Amino acid sequence: MGLLSKKSQQVLKDPLMSNNPIAFQVLGICSALAVTVKMDTAIVMTLAVVFVLSMSNTIISLLRNFIPGRVRIIVMLAIIASLVILTDQVLQAYAYDMSKQLSVFVGLIITNCIVLGRAEAFAMQNSVGKAFLDGVGNALGYGIILIAVSFFREILGSGSILGFAVIPESFYSAGYENVGLMVLSPGAFIILGLIIWVQRLITKVEEEA
Amino acid sequence: MLEHYISLAVKAIFIENILLAYFLGMCSFLAISKKVETSIGLGLAVVFVLSITAPVNWFLHTYLLKEGALAWAGLPDLDLSYLNFIIFIATIAALVQLVEMIMDRFTPALYLSLGIFLPLIAVNCAILGGSLFLVERNYNLGESVVFGFGSGIGFFLAITTMAAIRHRLRYSNVPPALRGLGITMLLTGLLSMTFMAFSGIDL
Repeated sequence: MGLLSKKSQQVLKDPLMSNNPIAFQVLGICSALAVTVKMDTAIVMTLAVVFVLSMSNTIISLLRNFIPGRVRIIVMLAIIASLVILTDQVLQAYAYDMSKQLSVFVGLIITNCIVLGRAEAFAMQNSVGKAFLDGVGNALGYGIILIAVSFFREILGSGSILGFAVIPESFYSAGYENVGLMVLSPGAFIILGLIIWVQRLITKVEEEA
Repeated sequence: MLEHYISLAVKAIFIENILLAYFLGMCSFLAISKKVETSIGLGLAVVFVLSITAPVNWFLHTYLLKEGALAWAGLPDLDLSYLNFIIFIATIAALVQLVEMIMDRFTPALYLSLGIFLPLIAVNCAILGGSLFLVERNYNLGESVVFGFGSGIGFFLAITTMAAIRHRLRYSNVPPALRGLGITMLLTGLLSMTFMAFSGIDL
């Protein structure tokens, strides 16, 4: 990390834990949970969000002095939507099966609150380099939660990690069964709730009820 | 025929609830569900906007964007479906603005109660998700109207139920680190589980 100044490091690192966009700012959960049944979809989704968020932050920061305040939201949406279209087309061209599995959720990156939120809150005020780092940091913070949720859902729900069975046969013959609930949507909510609980125990942040 | 539409509506409201089964609209769900009154307002606004945007986006998709959709203009080979995302979000933003202006002009009382939620809705995943689903599932016009309305009702049900539960939650002793977001997620999980029970119904 010697390449970056202390401040830039902070911009990159903060969203990963202490200011995580999902766990603390409650942003972007919408599309986050639907793709967490399996780890591979979660990882692809993370990569897509890293690309979209870093590029949209960079572009918006580049244009920040030219975007009129009154129409900024629609300009941002247009930039973000174009980047998402690009991502979707690349996925359809090179990873068609994956794109089918992610179905509408790639498109929903457009309305992912993180992307618009960072554009509005950070990229409009900061220089290009910082905006880029902020984008990468926030997207990775989002990705960490996504991959954590999908890890638990896949190992508990299907007994595998990235498609490889990891629970030994002897467990199953001894009466262990996969938790069917984890594959269904309630599993995602419950796992995310527990992750947030643990994370708040560690960071000692409390919220009013 | 009518049976088909009713079963589609029941499916959209309960079995495949847009919020509890597809996780769409979670951001505003979590932010707004603290109070019953506001969540009723947001819920109604979602029903309203979703029932308008679904058919409008269906028209745009069928007569403008789909592969071969421009046959009426003499361009049968054109496939503009990659423009879906940007056109849909622009339509939604424009429609929300329009609805806001019409409401302000003709129903000021309704505008006062729903007005603050309308801009929020333009970037609500549930609205865009609804439009994207009807493309993916090849719904026809009637089906998209029913689906849009049904999904909106589903969202309304989920958010008002959650607000009522969170209201009760104020009197219970939740572990400090679980307060707020944590317990809400767990509760949403339970709520989603109860809605799953409907999937046993054969339509």
